[in-house]
Amino acid sequence: MSESVLNVNEICKDFGGIRALDDVSLNVRSKEIAALIGPNGAGKTTFFNCITGIYTPTSGDVLVNPKDGSERRVNGMKPNHVTELGMARTFQNIRLFPSMTTLENVMIGTHCRTKSGIWGAISRNGKARGEEQAIIEKSYHLLELVGLERYANELACNLPYGKQRRLEIARAMATDPFLLLLDEPAAGMNPQETYDLQELVIKLRNEYGLSILLIEHDMKMVMSISDSVFVLDYGRLIASGTPKEVSENPTVIKAYLGEDEDD
Amino acid sequence: MDEKGAQSTLRFILTAGCDGYADSLKRSVLVALWFMFLTFPIMVIRVDTIENTIDWRWMNLAFVGVGSFVLSFLWRWLLERKELMKGQAARESVVERLLTQASTIPSARLGLLVVVAGIALAFPHMAGMYQTNIMISCLTYIALGLGLNIVVGLAGLLDLGYVAFYAVGAYAYALANMHWGIGFWTILPIGALLGTLFGIMLGFPVLRLRGDYLAIVTLGFGEIIRLVLENWGDVTMGPSGIAGIDRPTFFGIEFGVMDSINYMYYIMLALIVLTIFCVNRLQNSRIGRAWLALREDEIACQAMGIDKTKTKLMAFALGATWAGMAGVVFAAKTTFVNPASFTFWESAIILSVVVIGGMGSIRGVIAGAIILILVPEYLRAFSEFRMLIFGATMVLVMVFRPQGLIRAKRKVYTYDKSTVAGAANE
Repeated sequence: MSESVLNVNEICKDFGGIRALDDVSLNVRSKEIAALIGPNGAGKTTFFNCITGIYTPTSGDVLVNPKDGSERRVNGMKPNHVTELGMARTFQNIRLFPSMTTLENVMIGTHCRTKSGIWGAISRNGKARGEEQAIIEKSYHLLELVGLERYANELACNLPYGKQRRLEIARAMATDPFLLLLDEPAAGMNPQETYDLQELVIKLRNEYGLSILLIEHDMKMVMSISDSVFVLDYGRLIASGTPKEVSENPTVIKAYLGEDEDD
Repeated sequence: MDEKGAQSTLRFILTAGCDGYADSLKRSVLVALWFMFLTFPIMVIRVDTIENTIDWRWMNLAFVGVGSFVLSFLWRWLLERKELMKGQAARESVVERLLTQASTIPSARLGLLVVVAGIALAFPHMAGMYQTNIMISCLTYIALGLGLNIVVGLAGLLDLGYVAFYAVGAYAYALANMHWGIGFWTILPIGALLGTLFGIMLGFPVLRLRGDYLAIVTLGFGEIIRLVLENWGDVTMGPSGIAGIDRPTFFGIEFGVMDSINYMYYIMLALIVLTIFCVNRLQNSRIGRAWLALREDEIACQAMGIDKTKTKLMAFALGATWAGMAGVVFAAKTTFVNPASFTFWESAIILSVVVIGGMGSIRGVIAGAIILILVPEYLRAFSEFRMLIFGATMVLVMVFRPQGLIRAKRKVYTYDKSTVAGAANE
């Protein structure tokens, strides 16, 4: 329980003269739900982009511990290699593949765990066919997990907003991650949808043994599901600890200026 | 009741897209005046250089006025109808619906295939040499279109220099045949391989580019290949080209001109069948899905674990393979190659075949090639209006069917629900 899966050591990210992240250190332990919060523009999404390989941090280390126990430094690694290691993410502004079906969207997620190449595709030999069938079944299972199996052959762009968010989670799950990074998964959802999402996140942790790091603005959700909370403001980590500790921290209250009584 | 319905339909046709009768009348009059003004110099004035007089053909002006007045109503009505149809789920055209229906019924599907295959096989015996020749070039464009479809339609990489790979294949055969007398069948796979190599060669430098930038670089690449062919006279014989290339043999047997054309037709047909087979399997495979994902969203695609570099290179290489093969066939068919056959115009036509046919759709590309290649051929009777009609067809297709003639349809996957625990309902 206590071993860490993601270990971020003092990373900085500069954009020209602007320091978007300043010495941020953070630690996510195995099977933990951690939340990263902060006012708009605090650098939360930049942080996600830095640890998933979309940006390269200016300095500092991002270390991950995949299931096999070997520690890997992922700074400057390509996003697809980071995903291959077992870190999957969703996006704040939904980035599905709009003109592909819901099922195909999830099937894309299995890409880095499958191997068949050009020859397999053209000859459609036994191995490729078996793999294809396994992909379809796995993807369908994941759609069931997030409750979208009815929409399997629907185009992704025709799904309602809340369901698109769930589809993104299913797609991320298809990459067989050990750490799931969710960027504002509840944004734009109504209270019922948020509640269902909360259940889903807890289920993912309990049944699949995933560690989850999420960025979220919905304080009610953050406080009720997370084991630890990290607060960013102006690119600096200003507080961390259990939800209770953080919500009573005067610096955090100051940063949020009155939004603190929310829970 | 019926009369009322007819009246409202008439009203809709006459006032589509306007506020009322007066407004639509005003607009049409303006359109008519504008067209009369635009066409005035060419339709009305004619200078008689022998008599040194000017003919004023006022009748033509009246024709243009009345014609554009009536057509403007039709145009507005069609546009309005298209807008209205947009919301409806059934946006499939009649042809698409028929095709979909036919492909769901196995017997109808088989029947359709047999009929198409029968016509394709019997074609050279029913039609003359001239027709067969046209059909060969149409088939060549289908092969090229399907190859480019991988790059543009599936992977979403806009390639304006596709003809370069076609030139590589054609010159590979022409040069090998001229210097060493190597035959068609040996070069066909080599030409394909050379196409692949050049595809990778182009692919590497443009990996970081997208959209407009990629288009410009590929355009430049296409021109470079053509300029090299034109100016490297010692090797490529320059603008005068290479003549007297051997036609393909059939296990060492040579044909006369007539039989040779029929033979060429069947070779091309076989190549098309192979292409359709491969492209169809590729697009519904793991790799095909990766191409689609790359087209849809590059960042999400990478974040989902797809190697962008590898996927892009694969698309370029495979697309170029077919161009290389088509090039070898082209050289064998015309027995003559020169750089003038590989201008930007060719790339533009191949791209139009893909876009007008429907990006990512095999049936669409075939339909696009048939229309774009055969229409100008059969319009030779109206020689002066040929390119005008050709252009107008393209404009009309793009206005009324921007998604192409036959859209790509996603494969419907079947899954075994019985293996899924807890799926009690259905």
